[in-house]
Amino acid sequence: MMELSRRQFLKLSGATAATLAVVELGFDPKKAQAESNEFKIAHSEVTPTICPYCSVGCGILVHVKDGDVVYTEGDPDHPINRGTLCPKGNGIRQLYTSEKRVERPKYRAPGSTEWEEVDWDWALGRIAENVKKTRDESFVVEEDGMTVNHTEAIANLGGAALENEEVYMIQKLMRGLGLTYIEHQARI
Amino acid sequence: MKHTDCALIIGGNPAANHPISMRHLQKARDERGAKLLSVDPRYTHTSSKSDLYAQLRSGTDIAFMGGLINYAIENGLYHEEYVKHYTNASFLVTDDYAFDEGIFSGYDEGDRSYDNSQWVFQTDDEGNILKDESLSDPRCVFQLLKKHFSRYDIDTVISITGTSKEDFIEVAETFCGTADPNKTGTIMYAMGTTQHTKGSQNVRSYAIIQLLLGNVGRPGGGVNAMRGECNVQGSTDFALLFHLMPGYLSAPNASENHRNLEAYKAAETPSGGYWENTPNFLVSLLKAYYGDKATSENDFGYDYFPKGRRNYSHISLFEAMFDGEIKGMFTWGQNPVVGGPNSRKEKKAMENLDWFVSIDLWETETAAFWTEQSGADPTNIDTEVFMLPACGPYEKEGTVSNSGRWMQYRYQAIEPKNDARSDAWIVHNLANRIKKLYEGENNPVAEPIQALSWDFGQGDYPEIDLIAREINGYDLKTGRTVESFAVLKDDGSTSCGNWIYSGFYPDAGPGEEKNLSKRRDDEDTGMDNYLNWSYAWPLNRRVLYNRASADPQGNPWASDKEAIWWDASQSSWVGHDVPDFGADVDPNSEGGTDAFIMRGYGKASLYSADGMTDGPFPEHYEPYESPISDNPFSKVDLNPAVKIWDGKMNDRGSVSEYPIVATNYRLTEHWQSGSMTRNQEWVSELMPYMFIEMSEELAEEKGISERDKVVVESARGSIEAYAMVTKRFKPFKVKGKKVHQIGMPWHYGYQGIATGEIANVLTPHIGDANTMIPEYKAFLCDVRRANS
Repeated sequence: MMELSRRQFLKLSGATAATLAVVELGFDPKKAQAESNEFKIAHSEVTPTICPYCSVGCGILVHVKDGDVVYTEGDPDHPINRGTLCPKGNGIRQLYTSEKRVERPKYRAPGSTEWEEVDWDWALGRIAENVKKTRDESFVVEEDGMTVNHTEAIANLGGAALENEEVYMIQKLMRGLGLTYIEHQARI
Repeated sequence: MKHTDCALIIGGNPAANHPISMRHLQKARDERGAKLLSVDPRYTHTSSKSDLYAQLRSGTDIAFMGGLINYAIENGLYHEEYVKHYTNASFLVTDDYAFDEGIFSGYDEGDRSYDNSQWVFQTDDEGNILKDESLSDPRCVFQLLKKHFSRYDIDTVISITGTSKEDFIEVAETFCGTADPNKTGTIMYAMGTTQHTKGSQNVRSYAIIQLLLGNVGRPGGGVNAMRGECNVQGSTDFALLFHLMPGYLSAPNASENHRNLEAYKAAETPSGGYWENTPNFLVSLLKAYYGDKATSENDFGYDYFPKGRRNYSHISLFEAMFDGEIKGMFTWGQNPVVGGPNSRKEKKAMENLDWFVSIDLWETETAAFWTEQSGADPTNIDTEVFMLPACGPYEKEGTVSNSGRWMQYRYQAIEPKNDARSDAWIVHNLANRIKKLYEGENNPVAEPIQALSWDFGQGDYPEIDLIAREINGYDLKTGRTVESFAVLKDDGSTSCGNWIYSGFYPDAGPGEEKNLSKRRDDEDTGMDNYLNWSYAWPLNRRVLYNRASADPQGNPWASDKEAIWWDASQSSWVGHDVPDFGADVDPNSEGGTDAFIMRGYGKASLYSADGMTDGPFPEHYEPYESPISDNPFSKVDLNPAVKIWDGKMNDRGSVSEYPIVATNYRLTEHWQSGSMTRNQEWVSELMPYMFIEMSEELAEEKGISERDKVVVESARGSIEAYAMVTKRFKPFKVKGKKVHQIGMPWHYGYQGIATGEIANVLTPHIGDANTMIPEYKAFLCDVRRANS
């Protein structure tokens, strides 16, 4: 769970608190109307994130309701952007809602003209086998009397948009496998 | 930035590409009357928000900055006390160092490389560097610098940069005015600076002027890289680069220097400066990699690390793939078919792969490299292609590090969409499966991967706190996380996955959570450092080398520019920031003015004796493809230390065939290769089409009108797009001749909602001499109306 100071918590939950105050008044025809007219973010769960685009590092609040992202806005507490955002940062709701997202793992066989949907178990199993085959065929343990333990037949590219924990794991696995072609966006 | 008096923005366009950074510059303008100077080939959004715009032809930064350096020295506009105490200005260089007609001493023409042993400092019998504190000895760095840049007089400079004399002088006067100790100036740059055959030296030229003006390590100062991706700082820190290991340790290579752990330590550990701790960082890293399999008997598993034998950078990688040497590839949120240089060649190279795995939110151009839509013939491509759906940034949790090294936590707001998974889940499950395939094997090929420790929990998802603890480092006896990298050891008693991050998860016992990147106290702790908001590496220091914010005696240079200062009553450095210096090192003691603690001798490098492959000082050379053939600074046109890639699909354009200079840039509405934004409706609608921006003068010469379809052709290929005719480009006057420049966004490709042709079809496979970063920002082309 995120840790919020009381002041920040109040700020974050302001909209929700206002709605609760109405509910606590008991049954009232006005209440029904208020509920139907209330903001779509009234009962949303708010989670802070950091913008995934440039590296200024602006804070964004993500509003989630009924298993959907209903709204995103600049984090008013964030010292870098204080609630402001650029057009890209403003639109990050559509990273979730876009219909262009790849829904499940896909595979394209050699020579095939199309994708086929596969499950994760099969895809990861097949990839692991490919890695082992290529690695075993190309691995050099020793060269000119020196231990080198590398393979130059597998390349790994990316990714500057991933999280530190993820890139740590990726480079650890790839170096652990002996890759020398480890590169990403910082080079280009 | 809010504390700056002058911002020189060159090689970047923050108003469009880092918009929120402009908020802080605007405050500097409003509150301090700061001046904004925009130097760029194009009149950008940033130019429109600046006090002065100066035009600069792509690829002439060093000429421009060399002119500023010369102006500062000639006019006595440098911060003398800062230069004397905090830089290597007084160091004496041996007589071996020379510079003649564009070439530094030690050059090997056959190899196109330098032997930098001829660039070293004079030393006494004990190895101490000889100095001349008066800065008058002709072999001292200051005098060599002065001599080198005396050739950069204003008239010669502007004859090739294309800048007007009035504009150049106004930039020089305004920016060099920050030599006043009461003032600071900052330089902000981005890929317009680095993507050149001398990109690293471009940055060096910025660093040199900033050191002369006394602007490094001070509030409102610095040489600031505006980085382009939310975690490109972190992904660099964590070494997704061939030549590094986490925390900027050199990756081992197959040379005698790195033959074994002892050799590596001897070669990579300088005497003096904080890198003296290299063995502690390396052995702790080996413990993080190999756990119990890293013992003092086996050099802590040093031999398991792959040793490379050549350059494996991006261009080299795709050249090798084109030649059939690479059989398999992973891409994690990277799209080289759009973002790579000479992208048609890179796409073609992928056809040689046996297998390819794309991990992304979208089916990118790279994932679809084999489709008919991409122009390929799928029936002739034998590559197995896997498209693995990654989840979006707020569908998972973890940290990202921004340009200011703030490591900030991103929480999970919602479950991954559809059947998507986080990259952490994917790599975790892949690692477990690969390790399982090697179970029971007993051979030297299997051994390194069997030895790799992979202890991120037993669950389907890796446990983020276990990863965080491994990165931060811990004491192997107690299991408690370390508070600082200062306690890391080279005896195998500590483990640490990335020493520079040590301290973000401090003093936590097993199972105890203590992640400082989650902190959200938004109160300003002084000078806008927000020390209790998130965490900045190293050890929460917000401004690097902040010892230089105070004078040699330890008092702030200026009362409204306080960062840290020496408090004699406490015998300690105190202030608004965490000292990037020994907290109890008295300014009057030995090393008390060695502000640049990562340097072996504690001083910043006006002269780089060993850091660069292409010379101790920056020198202007023309781009690989240049509109002129008579460089006024020497007979050498191209940086003599760059590698030339020949072979198929590496044609070089000449000015006779391709007379127009081209560059590329980004738009506010799109991001990088466009895969993130061109798949979203709103921003796609805001910026739907690929275009070529050109001056009214060029459009008239070519009979092109706004919105005409035009063809741009380089030696690598051609693309078609709409013409956008603006006043933002103006022809340059270069050596008395008119030179046109055009520009274009590089965000577009054939997938997604907003599609367009790929700008990088035009760019060459040629890179910087130090980093091999491609020269995207200056190449030659021709432009014409498309046949309708």
